[in-house]
Amino acid sequence: MTEPTGESTQTAACTGTPWEDSDTRPFIELRGLSKQFGVFTAVNNVDLEIYQGELFTILGGSGCGKSTLLRMLAGFERPSAGRILIDGVDVSDMPAYDRPVNMMFQSYAVFPHMSVEQNIAYGLKKEGVARSEIESRVSEMLDLVQLKTLARYKPGKLSGGQQQRVALARALVKRPKVLLLDEPLAALDKKLREQTQFELMNIQDKLGTTFVVVTHDQEEAMTLATRIAVMRTGEFVQIGTPSEVYEYPCNHYVADFFGNINIFEATVVNARDGIVTAELEGTGTLVEANHEGPLARGQKIRIGVRPEKLLINRDEPGTAGHTVTRGVVEDLAYYGNRSIYRVRSGSGRVIEVSTQNYQRSAKLLLEWDDEVYLSWDSSCSVVLTE
Amino acid sequence: MNPGSNPGKRDRLWRSSVIGLPYAWLLLFFLAPFAIVFKISFADPIMAQPPFTPLIDWGAESGRRLLATLDNYRFLLEDKLYWLSYLKSIKIAAISTFLCLLLGFPMAYAIARMPQPWRNLLLLLVVLPFWTSFLLRVYAWIVMLGKQGLINQLLIQLGIIDAPLQMLYTDGAIYVGIVYTYVPFMILPLYATLEKLDLDLHEAAADLGARPSQVFRDITVPMAIPGIIAGCLLVFIPALGEFVIPALLGAMDSLMIGRTLYDEFFINQDWPLASAVAVVMLFILVVPIMLFQRLQQESQV
Repeated sequence: MTEPTGESTQTAACTGTPWEDSDTRPFIELRGLSKQFGVFTAVNNVDLEIYQGELFTILGGSGCGKSTLLRMLAGFERPSAGRILIDGVDVSDMPAYDRPVNMMFQSYAVFPHMSVEQNIAYGLKKEGVARSEIESRVSEMLDLVQLKTLARYKPGKLSGGQQQRVALARALVKRPKVLLLDEPLAALDKKLREQTQFELMNIQDKLGTTFVVVTHDQEEAMTLATRIAVMRTGEFVQIGTPSEVYEYPCNHYVADFFGNINIFEATVVNARDGIVTAELEGTGTLVEANHEGPLARGQKIRIGVRPEKLLINRDEPGTAGHTVTRGVVEDLAYYGNRSIYRVRSGSGRVIEVSTQNYQRSAKLLLEWDDEVYLSWDSSCSVVLTE
Repeated sequence: MNPGSNPGKRDRLWRSSVIGLPYAWLLLFFLAPFAIVFKISFADPIMAQPPFTPLIDWGAESGRRLLATLDNYRFLLEDKLYWLSYLKSIKIAAISTFLCLLLGFPMAYAIARMPQPWRNLLLLLVVLPFWTSFLLRVYAWIVMLGKQGLINQLLIQLGIIDAPLQMLYTDGAIYVGIVYTYVPFMILPLYATLEKLDLDLHEAAADLGARPSQVFRDITVPMAIPGIIAGCLLVFIPALGEFVIPALLGAMDSLMIGRTLYDEFFINQDWPLASAVAVVMLFILVVPIMLFQRLQQESQV
């Protein structure tokens, strides 16, 4: 039977950056965790530390092992190797029904033969909580997820969004140390997604429960998470805050996974004091970029630049601290608040530029076949060695 | 305008014939025969062809005269024999249904949890006995259960018993026969519901703190209720009116209602009384089914 979580562990949501503080003890620890299905390795020797009150997101495409990882945390899959520690307790061999962890399923898995109330009360009944306490805690949860008026309905009568709230309330009412969410927004339409996303963040903020979210949707990960672990073929590629993984992707895969990025092949000309100078292939344009770590002269690298970091001008801009290249507008798309240009550069490469339409004009500022200058601040260049 | 070219009209015609067909079937092959039996149950037996009096006497002096009588039903109430056969039939059918459920549920559950290629093979094995004649299969049990039968011989050879046991021509033999014959009718609908059962629900219950036995009680069984009801009805209804199995495997004096019905029709030639027996049996069946249906509908709200 799980210990009811005391108020002491229900501290406020994660504030600051505990992962940068070496004194903070991680709340969830994965040590050398692996899972094999026959000859297939779903999760390959991963280590991970998640801190109390975090809203941690594991992001990856289908088959990357993220769901297997989540199921191991929940206790539905037994690790082939490695340990799982939650709040200092090794739960690797603990069955799902004993773990201080609850899960919100992608399919919601709301019990169709029980009313909303009964669904939420189910976990507390199994825990042996007194009837009066069950009543008050269920009613508290119904308030939290705004389902008070539907308490006596069967789930079949509810919309998808409402069923999801039942699933959420049912998991949270147990006051788990960790709440696992499997693709929490995947089945909702766009409007409801945004609303639910903010609700999830509010609830997490209010309760301070550690959330671990699995998703394949980078936008969902970016907006929800305190930190994101990008997963691929059973391993973590990069772990960092949303802005870290977006602005400082460690390799081409991560860079490409989060939004669009223009990639240029380049050759290192000079590298010292954390500043790299490289020559873009095809045009010979020299690029400067910040990069820690060893690079040899003549080494082939890639330079990535996000579309919104590029400036597009008809006139030649000042070059101080900027990389400049020329091109012709091949295509443009007007979205009202912003425009996207596809510019063919001298080397024949198509470069995507995204601009905010901060000037009010009924006419397009740039037209098809206009000759333009593209420039970007050297601090915006991302050096990708893999 | 050519009516044939009107798609709305043709659709409606098509739809009403699709809906109408099963109704017509029920009317022709269930309701009409039942009406005839119902009518006969109010007649008096006579030595004639057909062996019962008409319901309405057209040739009476005062024009038409209704000849309906409740004598048959009164007789059913008064004679203990009928009560006992009804009770015995209900008891045997109910216990057999329960035994089928006990045996069929784990089998259906196991099949539903097997990997896909195995499931079809196992289902095939479940229905395989149907490829042999029903009568032959019941006769086979006589060979097995008899005094010189396989089971007795085996037990004697093993030294467990000295003299052969009386197994054939007992109620026990009737249960064996009925359960053996009808267990596939329990397994198939159970399998159909259990196979659709969402495994996420099991994991969700485990996640919320339910042990495997609690998951089974709280999730698996309630979710399988439609299948349980369907299976129970499919076994209970034919078992109640079962004639062949008690006649072949049961004791001579063990009167189930099917046997009573047969005797009244063919031995006593009392069609009106036999009809009354049949009508009462139908009500015994229909009332619980309707109650079940009501319960089902209420639980959906």
